Amino acid sequence: MSKFKKKNKVSENIPTSALPDIIFMLLFFFMVTTVLREQEILVEQRIPQATQLQKLEKKSLISYLYVGAPKDASRYGTEPRIQANDVLIGTNDIAQWVNQERDKLSEAERDQITISMKADREVKMGPISDVQFELREVDARRVLYAAVGRVD
Amino acid sequence: MARKKGRMAQEVNAGSMADIAFLLLIFFLVTTTIASDKGVLNILPPKQDPNQPPPEIKLNERNIFNILVNANDQLLVEGEVRQTTAGLSDEIKSFLLNFGAPDEEAQALFNSLPASLRNQAERDSRSSDHPMAGGAVISIKTNRGTSYERYLEVLDIAKRAYFEIYAERVGITADQYRALSGRNAAEKELIDRGKEGIPMAISIAEPDKIGGGN
Repeated sequence: MSKFKKKNKVSENIPTSALPDIIFMLLFFFMVTTVLREQEILVEQRIPQATQLQKLEKKSLISYLYVGAPKDASRYGTEPRIQANDVLIGTNDIAQWVNQERDKLSEAERDQITISMKADREVKMGPISDVQFELREVDARRVLYAAVGRVD
Repeated sequence: MARKKGRMAQEVNAGSMADIAFLLLIFFLVTTTIASDKGVLNILPPKQDPNQPPPEIKLNERNIFNILVNANDQLLVEGEVRQTTAGLSDEIKSFLLNFGAPDEEAQALFNSLPASLRNQAERDSRSSDHPMAGGAVISIKTNRGTSYERYLEVLDIAKRAYFEIYAERVGITADQYRALSGRNAAEKELIDRGKEGIPMAISIAEPDKIGGGN
């Protein structure tokens, strides 16, 4: 006679009927937050690391300038180039580009335009300082050197 | 006798729904790049008028902390050659907080600092007078052949020294100070209180053309 009767088995399977709902919820979250890249990056982009990163408040004030060696070396050569929007431009065209970007902003915000310089870590200071010189010429003096965080 | 056919299954089989959703989910997980607009902010100097020579600003040599980076990414810090940037941030910090020859205003600033910062003042007459405007300048000069990575590293270190001072002044960590957005009045007040009287004086000189680069 066994006093300890085996208890009736607990049902083993977890109800999974709500699983699709959960997955869909996650799916919608990622679909909404995803920004598909609207431009093709034509230059190498290995963003350098830094520790003193700051985040900018208003994203609409930022315009991006990509600097790096072209990915397609057979067409554009190996020297570092500047990409604005989706074309490679020369140093002389920066002024025009900045003015175009500035026109997109409202009157009050025009002097707050910030250029986010996404430069490859292999680029030398020569091209960078040329870009900075042009930016000074058109009075777009807020520059954000794009960088990724470093843990030390 | 026409018997009614077996009723068609009325429910769509939804068992594979989770699989489909998973597939999509994984696709979006992989393609998502959470946009990061983080970086080191720098304000370029105003443009030079070619007709007017830049105004001569009289600065004593002791008030300038010279950092030169050559085309081989070697550093020359205050006339001393080095290969790495180790310890540079602390040196800049003690240079800024030197208070070698403070005038009345700078003395008032000194008195307003918390004791932990005041204790770092070395009062060396060969180093900076005071960290107020025109008192202590960090000068970074690169060469056209210097790598961008090295330049950013040095700029990062100089900014770090300033942020550490600001943060210590208001009693928070440097990370917290940098995260302040200034969106509300309390944060703005904290930011202003941190840097009041100690402007970020990082001068970036035009790179010279000798050696390497393009």
